[in-house]
Amino acid sequence: MAILVYVEHDNSELKADTLKTVAAAQAIGGDIDLLVAGHNCQAVVDAAATVSGVNKVLVADNAAYEHQLAENVSALVLELAGDYEHILSTALSVGKNFMPRVAALLDVAQVSDIIGVESADTFVRPIYAGNAIATVQSLDTKKVITVRATAFDAVATDGSAEVVALSNATDAGISAHVSDELTESERPDLGAASVVISGGRGMQNGDNFKLLEGIADKLGAAIGASRAAVDAGFVPNDMQVGQTGKIVAPDLYIAVGISGAIQHLAGMKDSKIIVAINKDPEAPIFQVADYGLVADLFDTLPELESKL
Amino acid sequence: MKVLVPIKRVIDYNVKVRVKPDNSDVDLTNVKMAINPFCEIAVEEAVRLKEAGTATEIVAVSIGDKKCQEQLRTALALGADRAIQIETEETLDSLNIAKLLQKIVDEEQPGLVILGKQSIDSDNNQTGQMLAALTGMAQGTFASEVKVDGDKVNVTREVDGGLQTVALNLPAIVTTDLRLNEPRYAKLPDIMKAKRKPLDVKAAGDFGIDLSPRATLLKVAPPAERSAGVVVESVDELVEKLKNEAKVIS
Ligand SMILES: Cc1cc2nc3c(=O)[nH]c(=O)nc-3n(C[C@H](O)[C@H](O)[C@H](O)COP(=O)(O)OP(=O)(O)OC[C@H]3O[C@@H](n4cnc5c(N)ncnc54)[C@H](O)[C@@H]3O)c2cc1C
Repeated sequence: MAILVYVEHDNSELKADTLKTVAAAQAIGGDIDLLVAGHNCQAVVDAAATVSGVNKVLVADNAAYEHQLAENVSALVLELAGDYEHILSTALSVGKNFMPRVAALLDVAQVSDIIGVESADTFVRPIYAGNAIATVQSLDTKKVITVRATAFDAVATDGSAEVVALSNATDAGISAHVSDELTESERPDLGAASVVISGGRGMQNGDNFKLLEGIADKLGAAIGASRAAVDAGFVPNDMQVGQTGKIVAPDLYIAVGISGAIQHLAGMKDSKIIVAINKDPEAPIFQVADYGLVADLFDTLPELESKL
Repeated sequence: MKVLVPIKRVIDYNVKVRVKPDNSDVDLTNVKMAINPFCEIAVEEAVRLKEAGTATEIVAVSIGDKKCQEQLRTALALGADRAIQIETEETLDSLNIAKLLQKIVDEEQPGLVILGKQSIDSDNNQTGQMLAALTGMAQGTFASEVKVDGDKVNVTREVDGGLQTVALNLPAIVTTDLRLNEPRYAKLPDIMKAKRKPLDVKAAGDFGIDLSPRATLLKVAPPAERSAGVVVESVDELVEKLKNEAKVIS
């Protein structure tokens, strides 16, 4: 039995979540190959070759894959699919985009966002914003799966897999990349940080997010936000935590001025320790918080920063 | 240009679902249902394209039992011109939904199909991409901006690092993210008018597609509950607890 794991990257860096997806592949069991599809992505290939427990790293380095457009990447994966029983990708924006396309082209269903592996055909996944946990058995011969990285522990990087260059270069010719508008940040990635501090509508405006920055600096934290804060334009979309944003599970999650709607909880309630700072003692966020502080955030945040 | 908008009837987003005691599934008896929020955004986008003169006709389609006609009427009240219900009593998986929608695309020949990026019940995030694969169309998923420009559509997408804009050949598939627009409320006269707009019913079984399920739902369980924590009285106490009790900061 062989498993293909798609490597998430931006042509320069292998996303650490891929190591967790490989852990999911190991739980399924079988020979694991990685696929790097990109352009001028040697650094990613080098990193991929060190991932533990990997048999081969397949590399499709071609202009057609530079932006990992779904139309082109799905065609590539389809060309390789014959050799594999399981095809896995992390449930991040690239994988979520192209994987269902692969599934449909293979005429199989996709099992999205798994958080557990029961056996080679049975998987556990959250539904209804994490308010129910489903166990599903796939009846398809090939399994196309996306993995919620926070549910698995990263594998080590002490391997030395064989690198195989592919000559595939499918450009479907129906889509083109126009531009990127990426958020520049010196801070750790939301998905990878061990501490996350998030602000909600209670922050009132984007400027006030500076109050979180001082604390984030001291804790080495990533900064997140609720949908309300993103919708109001306080901060960019990639900071949204929740059912339809990013899923995080850090050691410490601090929710500031966030009420705790089920859609927000869906993205953070697997954090080890949750702190809520909210002036409303009835706010639902307190029902999931390990430590709650009923207070005005504008008093609390400067004090917290000074006492850390 | 004709715009096709597939929509889904789901649990209202304000309702917290409960799991059945026998762990066979979630319990939807007497639960408030609504149009999936992302589908509502899709309808709104189509209506805006029509108001801008880009779209000429909006066709809403839903797959489900008779009750999904309610959500189709909602779409008609928001501005869709006509509706199609593909009737089935079964809960179909995304691939089978995509196959049925492919048939509707073949019949209707839309210039653009706009769907929600995910439904808030199964949280699969698949149907749009699958429909794109089956129809051979390009896809612009998680859209926060859609601009039709001649025979192309530019779609700005919400991605992990920020925003990405792609140009797609038409016809194309777009799936909506939350910030694409803010859907309007249907006005009473529009709700009345919607009752008279055409709604065709087709049987899912008549399309000649094998709709057998691709997966078995073995069990549905409630998530692990977090035990209630403590309320701290001061920042000092919070810092002390985080250091000495939780040991998550030093
Ligand atoms: C389809 C769908 C998907 C969604 N996806 C997501 C998602 O992924 N992520 C997400 O977060 N939301 C999501 N939402 C939105 C969600 O339902 C809530 O609307 C949102 O999370 C609310 O954000 P908030 O808590 O910041 O705002 P509010 O609910 O307005 O809460 C603000 C809180 O700030 C507190 N506050 C105000 N001032 C102060 C102060 N000075 N000091 C201390 N506390 C203060 C208030 O007491 C209040 O509790 C989604 C909704 C839908 C319909």
